[in-house]
Amino acid sequence: MIPISYYLILSTIIFTLSIAGIFLNRKNILVLLMSLELMFLSVNFNFIILGNYLGDLTGQVFVFFVLTVVAAESAIGLALLIVLFRNKKSIDVDDLSELKG
Amino acid sequence: MNIELITFFIFSTLLIFTCFKVITSTNPVLSAINLVFSFFLSAVLWLLLGAEFLSIILILVYVGAVMVLFLFVVMMLDINVAKKTAAYIKYLPLGILIFIAFNALIIYFFINTFENIDYNAIKNIEIISDSNTENLGYLLFTKYIIEFEIAGLILLLGIISAIVLTYKKNPKNKFQNPTSQISANKKDRLKIITGLKE
Repeated sequence: MIPISYYLILSTIIFTLSIAGIFLNRKNILVLLMSLELMFLSVNFNFIILGNYLGDLTGQVFVFFVLTVVAAESAIGLALLIVLFRNKKSIDVDDLSELKG
Repeated sequence: MNIELITFFIFSTLLIFTCFKVITSTNPVLSAINLVFSFFLSAVLWLLLGAEFLSIILILVYVGAVMVLFLFVVMMLDINVAKKTAAYIKYLPLGILIFIAFNALIIYFFINTFENIDYNAIKNIEIISDSNTENLGYLLFTKYIIEFEIAGLILLLGIISAIVLTYKKNPKNKFQNPTSQISANKKDRLKIITGLKE
């Protein structure tokens, strides 16, 4: 049996990589959404790992619901992205700031 | 080194590598392709963890639907690529700092906490059969039936909002407006003229 900390460290590395990706990819909201998908993947990883080690199937049920919500979320996010591109002709984060505060 | 550990190390190394490629490649198409690879690799790791149904669902739903949606959007939007060096270098130290800090914090916590738990003492699995799919389906349709219905409602909400957001009215379309059709009454349409004589 693989020690649980190996799996947890793997999911932590994926999560922090996606956080760093959100900071790095300011020019492209599309890659930012992809980093968000990676973040959801690492959270699902944690649910499955701990569910497996605790011998409880509730973690997998939770992952099922998370997958549902993420599918709806990415559909809405990409629709918003298309509307944004139609209005602004750009998907740069810096072009979005219209409030001059 | 048993076969399970070797499989884990190979696939986790590849997974971290593809995740790194997702956030660093200059072309969004390459990012999407690498994200597809990382979903495949994590599906293998989920199989190793005994979640067979969810690993198949990850490939079918994510790679089959969500990532295809991403690729469609990448190809629909006319983005000029490879123009992000300035902002990239500006935010690179912050990204590296956050990566190291979060990793150190969380890994320190994990190593100190999770190693000392006796996992066999708290097992409370509800086994119906040997099949993972059957167990999961039993739980979904008995204990979590209301949540299952709510998940369906969320998907409906996603469909409606995506259509409403991206729908563009074409002036050439000759379809009827139901609201004005229903609200029309006889007085607006029909005028009876009396008193005319030839």
